[in-house]
Amino acid sequence: MHLDLNTIWFVLIGVLLTGYAVLDGFDLGIGALHLFTNKDEERRILLNSIGPVWDGNEVWLVTGGGALFAAFPNVYATAFSGFYFALMLLLAALIFRGVAIEFRSKRPEKWWRQMWDISFSVGSIVSSLLIGTALGNIAWGVPVDANGEFAGTFLGLLTPYPLLVGVTTVALFMMHGAIYGVMKTEGELHDKLRVWAVRGIIFFVICAVTLTMATLLYVPHMAARVRENPWLFSVALANMLAIANIPREFHLANDGNAFLSSCATIITLMMLFALNIFPNMIYSLPHPENSLNIYNSASSSKTLGIMLIIACLGVPVVIAYTICIYWIFRGKVKIDRLSY
Amino acid sequence: MDVLTLARIQFGGTIAFHYIYPPLSIGLGLMLVLMEGAWLKTGNNLYHQMARFWTKIFALTFAIGVATGIVMEFEFGTNWAAYSRFVGDVFGSALAAEGIFAFFLESGFLAVLLFGWDKVGRKIHFFATCMVCLGAHFSAVWIVVANSWMQTPAGYHIVGEGLHARAEITDFWQLIFNPSMLDRLFHTICGAWCAGSFLVVSVSAWYLLKGKHLQFARKSLKVGLTVALAASLLQAVTGHKSAQGLEKNQPAKLAAFESLYQTTSNTPMVLLGWPDEKNETVSGLTAPGLLSFLTHNDFHTPVIGLDQFKPEDRPPVTASFIFFHGMVFIGFALIAIATLGFFYFRHGSLHHRRWLLWLLVFSVLGPQLANQFGWFAAEVGRQPWIVYGLMRTPAGLSAVVKANVILSSLILFTLIYSLLFAVFVYLLNDKIQHGPHEDDLIPSGKLALPDPIKKSLK
Repeated sequence: MHLDLNTIWFVLIGVLLTGYAVLDGFDLGIGALHLFTNKDEERRILLNSIGPVWDGNEVWLVTGGGALFAAFPNVYATAFSGFYFALMLLLAALIFRGVAIEFRSKRPEKWWRQMWDISFSVGSIVSSLLIGTALGNIAWGVPVDANGEFAGTFLGLLTPYPLLVGVTTVALFMMHGAIYGVMKTEGELHDKLRVWAVRGIIFFVICAVTLTMATLLYVPHMAARVRENPWLFSVALANMLAIANIPREFHLANDGNAFLSSCATIITLMMLFALNIFPNMIYSLPHPENSLNIYNSASSSKTLGIMLIIACLGVPVVIAYTICIYWIFRGKVKIDRLSY
Repeated sequence: MDVLTLARIQFGGTIAFHYIYPPLSIGLGLMLVLMEGAWLKTGNNLYHQMARFWTKIFALTFAIGVATGIVMEFEFGTNWAAYSRFVGDVFGSALAAEGIFAFFLESGFLAVLLFGWDKVGRKIHFFATCMVCLGAHFSAVWIVVANSWMQTPAGYHIVGEGLHARAEITDFWQLIFNPSMLDRLFHTICGAWCAGSFLVVSVSAWYLLKGKHLQFARKSLKVGLTVALAASLLQAVTGHKSAQGLEKNQPAKLAAFESLYQTTSNTPMVLLGWPDEKNETVSGLTAPGLLSFLTHNDFHTPVIGLDQFKPEDRPPVTASFIFFHGMVFIGFALIAIATLGFFYFRHGSLHHRRWLLWLLVFSVLGPQLANQFGWFAAEVGRQPWIVYGLMRTPAGLSAVVKANVILSSLILFTLIYSLLFAVFVYLLNDKIQHGPHEDDLIPSGKLALPDPIKKSLK
């Protein structure tokens, strides 16, 4: 593996999508947990814990999509036209999730709030499930023909392994969201979220163990990759340590560190995924020779070079002000007249 | 219906709906900067109240803009996979730059703009407002770069053949500053300023009619009408420049806009009329030589007509004509409305003229319609090409997508967008009825602290 522009862009898109998973992951997790409480006040606190930031977090997905389009247009075209209906459902779910946050507390009527609460929660769960299922399909492999076009069907994407990845993603985001919630709340809701976070961890660990076994048993090309590169186990080990660290930090009452641990869990998972598929971006099954990889689907090296300059100029600035904004909105959520 | 028609309806419909919101974000963004800037400069808390009120309206439009905008980015790949492969190398970088430079800026600082009122000081809040406004403008820059490249491709070469042919970048700056980009950018931005300022004008005029929030309404009108007048006048200038560019770069489009079938000297311009595609004529009121004069600054030089193009290379004439003339007509009407409003406002007699106030209330629809018509004209006039002169629209379609899949997504989005639009109008009306918050006349939190510099001067 030598470092060329194609590899750099594989890594950068990985960074953008990991950024999305870490940041919007807790938004989607909060959404998935939203209906677990039926007190209006508590639901408002949950909404407002992500209120100022969810929008910016979703931009990581938008930029990731844009970068994929620019750097690997063939992957973008094949995946997006191939996963057509799944993506339309994802868009619908993201729309409902987003506007529900804005709309919900604008009217006091009970039915109004209930309607948007359900949109928010269902939208978040369906988004997580679909994102996970899409990743699962990429890992499992999808039918690609000799022209690099998707040759399967929508229902063909909903097989057990990808769905298991989808459910694991829901579990992961629920855990992540609950831990974020613990950090942002106080009092009764804080205690509730702590219980949910522990349950979330258990739910996620069960899913993750099942998924790991399923991968090693049923996804031969992934298993082979791990056998050839035993050092991948160190990433898996880091992942497990990160999960194990969460209850420890809770016990020490370091909610912030628990959240960082949860972020590390997501980052290591994404690293495992990326290292396992590299250099392929869409693994073709049953014809691996049709796989789309970082070389046969990439833009010209001139474009990749120009975009690298754009990224080097833009990304540090983005990270700097994102940190500033999180700093401004640090601390526990308080409901005031500006709140949702 | 065939796949191509469905894909075009679905893409056109979702983008038209989306395009209600970004111009409002751009235009209101500018209004917010002006209002908050005026507050910092004058210390008049009425401006603070205005900024707070319009921020709430801004938030509503922004949320829907974001939610419907992500659809657009996905639909390039879902509906137009072959096109995406063809242009990815040049088009994608503009889209990626839009994400990095515009969307992050906009959505990041939006948090401070919306929720930071009581958490940060005046200067930081104003800075955040400026950044949101700048981000919104940047997003227009990059998307117009990408769209203009589809109209007037530059800075590229074609690599490969047949199905595997694609455009690759040769000169980044030529690509960005492609021949139509600057004219179209200014035209788009002015349209967005009109959208924002006429919304402010409309709501303020309505308050005056109802005799509510009078001071607030007058101050808002002052800012709103000034921007509306400037933007609508500039719009005529940028429109004129764009049309002159068309004559050079996309003559078939200009000919379709004007339903100009024959290339003749003293080319006339249709002021009011209707094209007849079968007989290749236009009936109506024409001004001889005017089109020649507007494009060449000379009454005699001929303007290229559709007779210079093979029938399969011509855009749909009737649709191009109607959208273009609809846009121009509304554009001039807006200039007239803004001028009248501005004149009587300065004269101090606006509130006596209820007919004019009602006209101002409904003027908000003008920029919205003109923006939609303008985009329709731009995109229909580019046909039959998806990338002008390089790729025909049918060739850009996704190979694997079936008609029933697009149809179901079309139905899904029609339902969702109808619901969204209904809720948007309902909540917008709710906010307008509710009006500005009296508490906002007294800044709270850190905003209440006087300006540290002024304090030290005292």
